[in-house]
Amino acid sequence: MATLEELKARKTDIGPPPVEKFLHSIIKENYGKWRYHEILKSGVLAHTAESGAVIYTVRAASPRLISTDFIRYICDLAEKYCDGYLRFTSRNNVEFLLANKDNIEPLIGELENNGIPVGGTGRSISNIVHTQGWVHCHSAATDASGLVKVVMDELIDHFKNEDLPAKLRIAVACCLNMCGAVHCSDIAILGLHRTVPKIDNERLPKICEIPSTVASCPNAAIRPTFIDGKKSVKIDEDRCMYCGNCYTVCPAMPIADPLNDGVSIWVGGKVANTRQGPSFTKLAIPFLPNNPPRWPEVTSAIKNIVEVYARNGKKYERMAEWIDRIGWTKFFSLTGIQFTKYHIDDFKHAGLSYRRTTQMRS
Amino acid sequence: MSETPLLDELEKGQWPSFVSEIKKSAKKNKKAEGLLGQLELSYKEKKTHWKHGGIVGVRGYGGGVIGRFSDVGEEFPGAAHFHTIRVNQTAGFFYTAEALRKICDIWDRHGSGLTNLHGSTGDLVLLGADTDSLEDIFCELSKEGWDLGGSGGGVRTPSCCVGPARCEFSCYDTLALNQDITMTYQDELHRPSFAYKWKFKFSGCPNDCVAAIARSDFAVIGTWRDDIQIDQDAAAEYVQNGLDIQTDLLAKCPTRCIEWDGSLRINNPDCTKCMHCINVMPKALRPGKDKGACILMGAKAPIVQGALLASVIVPFIRLQPPYDEIKGIIKKIWEFWDENGVARERIGECIQRVGLGNFLEAIGVEISPQVVTQPRDNPYIFYEEYYEEEGGEG
Ligand code: SF4
Ligand code: SF4
Ligand code: SF4
Ligand code: SF4
Repeated sequence: MATLEELKARKTDIGPPPVEKFLHSIIKENYGKWRYHEILKSGVLAHTAESGAVIYTVRAASPRLISTDFIRYICDLAEKYCDGYLRFTSRNNVEFLLANKDNIEPLIGELENNGIPVGGTGRSISNIVHTQGWVHCHSAATDASGLVKVVMDELIDHFKNEDLPAKLRIAVACCLNMCGAVHCSDIAILGLHRTVPKIDNERLPKICEIPSTVASCPNAAIRPTFIDGKKSVKIDEDRCMYCGNCYTVCPAMPIADPLNDGVSIWVGGKVANTRQGPSFTKLAIPFLPNNPPRWPEVTSAIKNIVEVYARNGKKYERMAEWIDRIGWTKFFSLTGIQFTKYHIDDFKHAGLSYRRTTQMRS
Repeated sequence: MSETPLLDELEKGQWPSFVSEIKKSAKKNKKAEGLLGQLELSYKEKKTHWKHGGIVGVRGYGGGVIGRFSDVGEEFPGAAHFHTIRVNQTAGFFYTAEALRKICDIWDRHGSGLTNLHGSTGDLVLLGADTDSLEDIFCELSKEGWDLGGSGGGVRTPSCCVGPARCEFSCYDTLALNQDITMTYQDELHRPSFAYKWKFKFSGCPNDCVAAIARSDFAVIGTWRDDIQIDQDAAAEYVQNGLDIQTDLLAKCPTRCIEWDGSLRINNPDCTKCMHCINVMPKALRPGKDKGACILMGAKAPIVQGALLASVIVPFIRLQPPYDEIKGIIKKIWEFWDENGVARERIGECIQRVGLGNFLEAIGVEISPQVVTQPRDNPYIFYEEYYEEEGGEG
């Protein structure tokens, strides 16, 4: 238990510590005065300031779900080579910030000897942003960390080398809540359910509020009802698209179904405002089975899409821009992915994606 | 430790393994051991074993800790309570080894030893605490200068790109604004009282490295208004070094406003500030000098009414401390949301429901063509003004 002293010292709302004390002196001195950067080699950046000062960055992989041992290890490296300074990227890579160029190679050597690849810069695949999955979430239709691991094992050369037309951003989310930005990634791996939630009529009246449960459904599939004289809800199965929103609101409507839960693959999303601007991902593969521990169907599907893009995309063409140039018909024929009725939108603004011109590639 | 034949398969291959991480902690920590066992079961059954979240927390806070209980806690006692503690990360994710080690010490003493660096929103996430240790963990973190992040229907932990700390493109001080906003709205962050979550994200330029346009209710993305700065010598150097300027630069400009005849000429009024040319030759091109940001609102994932990208609310705003103008806008928006929002509806959905025009009018922001890509193409207009016939019933 906390000591009395600790309880007295307990302050609320202090907020995060000011960042200044975590900045290397080179960064502090040249804050806001950077002039340009170069990629010295894959995974190594050099930022030069107007003053001529240079800070080097070595970008390394991380599984994101890490033990304190891992953190202590990268801290040791930061102390040995980086005066103790390090940071993380928004895609969960570790970045070591070095003042001394001579430390770059020894640092990379140590990282690689300990199984931590260096890369993820420029025209490569950076770390996969992902969610909690079976490791730590109640609504997961699949595991996120496992998918990331098997996909990155498969694509590791594209992390280590800048050998793609443009950068390629992959994201994994384990349900439609999409705690990661999968709706705007070059490739998105999305876990989904395919069957209607099962209603626990015993527990439901005790733990759920009927009106908010009814209101939770985006497709108005839920109606209030009476079962054996007790208030409950029923689902119009034809209207349910298995989003799981009702389960988030009412725990007595579990949606997990090991036999039918699985993974879908989406492509052509983008966040950056560069060139043609941001866009959503679009459906490439409606369903692949959950096949842990190594999801072979998913890894080969992703590998195929990446390799077709790598061969056919032009320099600086993101996945979305490449598909825009060649057209979706060609995308499906080049990748050999089957186009099905599931690819045609039938939700709210469906008509917007119908082809409303005779212009098309054969 | 129990046998984990399925998870062991995930220790093969070249990418660092999260299973190895769990095992490292499991060797010395009962909670991590519980997680390992439970996860193996999930892999076997293809099914999660976490129950719906429960309400736990620390005194004085309405969020920052998310309850997580196992449905197989008897079999795996270590996993029975496995709560998440969201620690508000530093701006730009900068740390020192010393500071991270102190967090590790606290976490090794009281928790599972497992973390996420970082969570999807940006927090430094401690994964796997018992209900009984939450207060102790909070006290010790607080003594070291750390505070909790957000959860639930309130402001979520703001996050920002590396910005001026290590990026020449940054058009405003993302770290300073991130810190200022985080400190200004501590109450909204720690005691959630909104209809639903509210995410702030700050990117220094249109490259948008924190995915603000895709993931935040309130996105501040740096941009500029005047001419791109050109260093002609450096441009020539890129070309000499083999840059295919026609294909890789000129043809990729979305408005074809760059030309090259031995020196670069940009027709700046046509430039949409897309960053492409600057990204290709950072040594030769830089954003202009009249810098600020564009405010966009309403991005979200599909739940409930469908995914949205953020859209422009304020095309350009200058950002200097004490940031009164942007805070004034935030205040008006929250007042509007308080009156018009409904539970579990993100602000983006709310804006679509009431109409962007009505929303802008309500928050007192100037209505300009820059907030749309085109005027409406349907005639279903809700007119609010009419002529009255003179003389009345007479
Ligand atoms: S995406 Fe869904 S299942 Fe995955 S962590 Fe988020 S809410 Fe949980
Ligand atoms: S899963 Fe989604 S669509 Fe189906 S009933 Fe629940 S809320 Fe409605
Ligand atoms: S968003 Fe722009 S300013 Fe921020 S880190 Fe990315 S490139 Fe640099
Ligand atoms: S920033 Fe984009 S739009 Fe502007 S000149 Fe460069 S490439 Fe063209």
